[in-house]
Amino acid sequence: MKDLKAGLILTGDILDFTKDVFTRLFSKPFYWGRLFDQIIQLGLGSLSISIVIGFITGLVMTLQFGYGLAKFGGTLYVPAIVSVSLLRELAPIFTSLLIAGRVGSGISAEIGAMNVTGQIDAIRALGTSPVRVLVIPRVLATVLTLPLLATLASFTGIIGGMLISYIEFGMPAGFYANKVLSTIVFADIFGSIFKCAFFGLVISILACYRGFHTKEGTRGVGNATTWVVVRSSIIILISDFFLSKIILVGFYQ
Amino acid sequence: MKILELKNIHKSFGEKKIHQGVNFYLEQGETIALLGHSGTGKSVLLRSIIGLEQIDQGEVIFRQQRIDQLDEESYYPLRTKISYSFQNAALFDSLSVFENIAYPLFEHTKLNETQINQKVEDVLKIVNMSQAKFLMPSDLSGGMQKRVGLARSMILNPEILLYDEPTAGLDPVNTDMVIDIMNEFKARGFSGIFVTHDIPAAKRVCDRFLLLRDGKIYFNGTLEEFNHSNDPFVLTFGSTHRSRHDVP
Ligand SMILES: Nc1ncnc2c1ncn2[C@@H]1O[C@H](COP(=O)(O)OP(=O)(O)O)[C@@H](O)[C@H]1O
Ligand SMILES: [Mg+2]
Repeated sequence: MKDLKAGLILTGDILDFTKDVFTRLFSKPFYWGRLFDQIIQLGLGSLSISIVIGFITGLVMTLQFGYGLAKFGGTLYVPAIVSVSLLRELAPIFTSLLIAGRVGSGISAEIGAMNVTGQIDAIRALGTSPVRVLVIPRVLATVLTLPLLATLASFTGIIGGMLISYIEFGMPAGFYANKVLSTIVFADIFGSIFKCAFFGLVISILACYRGFHTKEGTRGVGNATTWVVVRSSIIILISDFFLSKIILVGFYQ
Repeated sequence: MKILELKNIHKSFGEKKIHQGVNFYLEQGETIALLGHSGTGKSVLLRSIIGLEQIDQGEVIFRQQRIDQLDEESYYPLRTKISYSFQNAALFDSLSVFENIAYPLFEHTKLNETQINQKVEDVLKIVNMSQAKFLMPSDLSGGMQKRVGLARSMILNPEILLYDEPTAGLDPVNTDMVIDIMNEFKARGFSGIFVTHDIPAAKRVCDRFLLLRDGKIYFNGTLEEFNHSNDPFVLTFGSTHRSRHDVP
């Protein structure tokens, strides 16, 4: 009962914080330079790992489905299955979990350390808003780059699948590409972007919120990063189910 | 003329009562010392003045205007006029000394890069830190960090400066420099509140002495009155609190 109440209060706090962020988003000053810095740092910093994750996933999936379906003479369906599952689920989820670990922990550690050393108060005391200076650039950067990274991961995964299909199953690249292109629809890409934007919001808001509420010095910073990675991963996985349902009902029927 | 007045300030953290009716005012151009044992709420009081903490009851009046009920956004312009210099300097550790001091200029003025550079160099000269312009805060000693923090809080020429233990933990040379900086600022006609345990330092800067005890202003008098007080608490305070106890 007590936990439930604490959980509800926390949720309310986080929603209030989110509201704060959105109300300040549309009023001046807006820090373009800081947004740009964050996009470079978060986006470019996660680029190579997203490519690797997507590519490897594509390789493995194609291998498994290729041999699995070969028994039923279904190798032809591999391009369709691989591309759709990568685009709709695997790339968004894997990339988002990766970003939750990499970017979520980074943001909460940075803001948390600033908080325990009084730098957040200093931002306020110098007449500026920590939400504008720190939060908005990070939230926007995460929301903008995560969908791009996931799309890129899907793409490299599909390329990986093409490679394995040719090497292992002798499927011509042109045939593979044709199959993929005739399977994928706009809703697949849109759904992935939409989900990842939402996951990006969850990760960055939780990370900033927890950073601002970091106490107890260095240990608090460690606790904060763990909290953010665990919570945002759970929320990503649970909300993925519902978002997928909404997208399936809304765009495929 | 009263530039700042605190009326009946009450503040608690949960069950813990910090302020229980603090009253005092600050005249334009004077610097007052705010003394008191550790944990009596001196920092919280300074933070309350500029809204870094929310008071529970009472009024903060700046130039005839109540400022204790502003929302966070409305405090921002005010904080360029009443500036807070942090006990631990609170420099931005990812920015250089120059960037730290220039931060308020970039945020609140329309000066160009050359003008900002000039202003920063001027103030660096005042705090005796010209050689450190491009160093990072982690490369500085505690005393140097405090001086940079002071420079950052004065760069916009605030009307009131709130100094939170600016000489705590400093060696005599650094202490002298900080006192000179404060006197320089005072000589330009600005006002200040000097929170400290360092009575000799306070005597070199301040016109009036306030003692915070049990959530109230226990003593409020001129240097003369402070020196000649017969009150046992004021006496013990004056004699036991020297700068060597003054470790944060
Ligand atoms: N944010 C806070 N939450 C709870 N207690 C606090 C907070 N800030 C300060 N306090 C408490 O208020 C009291 C006064 O603190 P402070 O103003 O820092 O004392 P000092 O006079 O030494 O500057 C201390 O007991 C401190 O523990
Ligand atoms: Mg203090």
